[in-house]
Amino acid sequence: MAPHGNPEEPASAASEIKREAPNVAATTPAEQQHHETPWSLWEVFVRSSRGLSHVHAGSLHAPDAAMALRNARDLYTRRNEGVSIWVVPAEAISSSDPDSKGAFFESPQGKDYRHATYYTKSEGVKHL
Amino acid sequence: MTDKDTDFAIEGHGDISVGVHGAGASGDGSASATRITPGNALRPEDIALEVRRGHVKPSEDVAEFALRIGDDGLILAQRLGQWISRAPELEEDIALGNIALDQLGHARSFLTYAGAAWDKSEDDLAYFRREHEFRSAHLFEQPNGDFAVTIARQFIVSYYQYELYTRLMESADPTLAAISAKAVKEVDYHRDHSAQWVLRLAGGTDESRARIIQGFKLVWPYVDELFEDDELTTRLAEAGVTVQPSSLRAEFDRLTGQIMAEAELEIPGVPQALGGGRRGKHSEFLGYILAEMQVLAREHPGASW
Repeated sequence: MAPHGNPEEPASAASEIKREAPNVAATTPAEQQHHETPWSLWEVFVRSSRGLSHVHAGSLHAPDAAMALRNARDLYTRRNEGVSIWVVPAEAISSSDPDSKGAFFESPQGKDYRHATYYTKSEGVKHL
Repeated sequence: MTDKDTDFAIEGHGDISVGVHGAGASGDGSASATRITPGNALRPEDIALEVRRGHVKPSEDVAEFALRIGDDGLILAQRLGQWISRAPELEEDIALGNIALDQLGHARSFLTYAGAAWDKSEDDLAYFRREHEFRSAHLFEQPNGDFAVTIARQFIVSYYQYELYTRLMESADPTLAAISAKAVKEVDYHRDHSAQWVLRLAGGTDESRARIIQGFKLVWPYVDELFEDDELTTRLAEAGVTVQPSSLRAEFDRLTGQIMAEAELEIPGVPQALGGGRRGKHSEFLGYILAEMQVLAREHPGASW
C-alpha cells in the first residue's frame, strides 16, 4: 500500500476498495501494479528556441507518450528552458557501444587527407 | 462599464506591467541550450512594490474577494505539499509539487494585494489569522485521500479556477486582472494534468477505476459551494470586478462533463455539503492544516532562512 497510500490517513477508505476488488490477492496493490505495468523509460529532447535543434535533456518514466510529454514539461522546462519537447521511447533508440569507441570514432586518425586542410592551396586563390 | 472605468483599467494595467516587462526584457538575451530565464510573469514582489509606492490599493470589497481566492490557493498548496515524497512515482511527485507551487504563487499575489487594504503583508495574512478568519471554500481543505481522491479534487479545482481566472482577466480591477492573466496559463496545465489522470484511472484497472469513482464521490459534495453568489459577489459583479460565481457553472459543467463522459464516469449523485467557508465556517480539517502551516511563524515571528 505504501507509495499509493494516503499521507495522513493510511487506513479506511482505501482498504475498503481493496476488499471489493476481486483480482487483488497475494501482493499489495502497489506491488501488483508495478509488476503488471511498469512505467517505461523515455528519452527527452528539448529545443531551447526556434532555429536550434532539439538537445537531449535527460530521461524519465511514464505510462505512455502523452504523459511522458507532460512529465518532461514538469521535469525539464519549468524555468522557461524550451519551446518544444520530443519524447522518444528509450527502447526505440539504438546507440553506439561505449566500449567500441576505437572502431567507431578513432579510425580517421592518421588519415589527414580526409581533412580539407591537408591540401596545399593553389596559387592565386585568394578567398579560400 | 463607463469610459472612465476603461481609462482607469488601461492606465492601471500599465502600472502593474511596468515591473513585469522590465524583468522579462533583461532575460531575453541570446539563447543557449541551457538558458534559464525568470520569464516575464507578474510576481508577488512586483505587487508589493506597487503597494509600497502607493500605486495600488484595493477597496474593502476587492480585498475581501482577493482574500477568498488567495485562501483557496494557499490551503490547496498546503494540502498538495503533503504529497511530496509520497506520490506513486517520482515524476508524479514533481508534477504535484509543481502544481502546489503554482497555487502558492497565485495565493501570494492575491494575499499581497488583499493585505494592501489593511496594511498587512502576505505573511501576516497567511500565518497570523485564525481559522474563522480564513475564507477558503471547503473543497480546498478536503483530505488528500489516496491518489485518486487528490486527482478528483484537483480536477474540480482546476476547471473551476480556469473559468474564474479567465473571467477575472477582464476585471475592472487591473491588479486582479494581471494576477489572473498569469495564473490562468498555469491552471490550464493543471486542468490538463488532472484530466489526463482521470481518464487513465477510469480506463485503467478495476482497482484504479473503483478508486477514481470513490474519489469523486468523496469530493463532489463540495462543488456547489464554489458557485454560490452572495452580497459581496453581487456588489463586485455590478462593479465589473468579478462575475457572479453561479455564472461560471454552465461552462464548468460542460467541460468537466466532456472528460467525465470520455472516462465513462457518472457525476456522483451525492447530496451537497453545507459549505460556509466564505463566511469563515470551516470543516474540522482546516485547523490541522493551519496548525502545521503556522507553527513556525508563530513560534518565531519574523523568522527567515
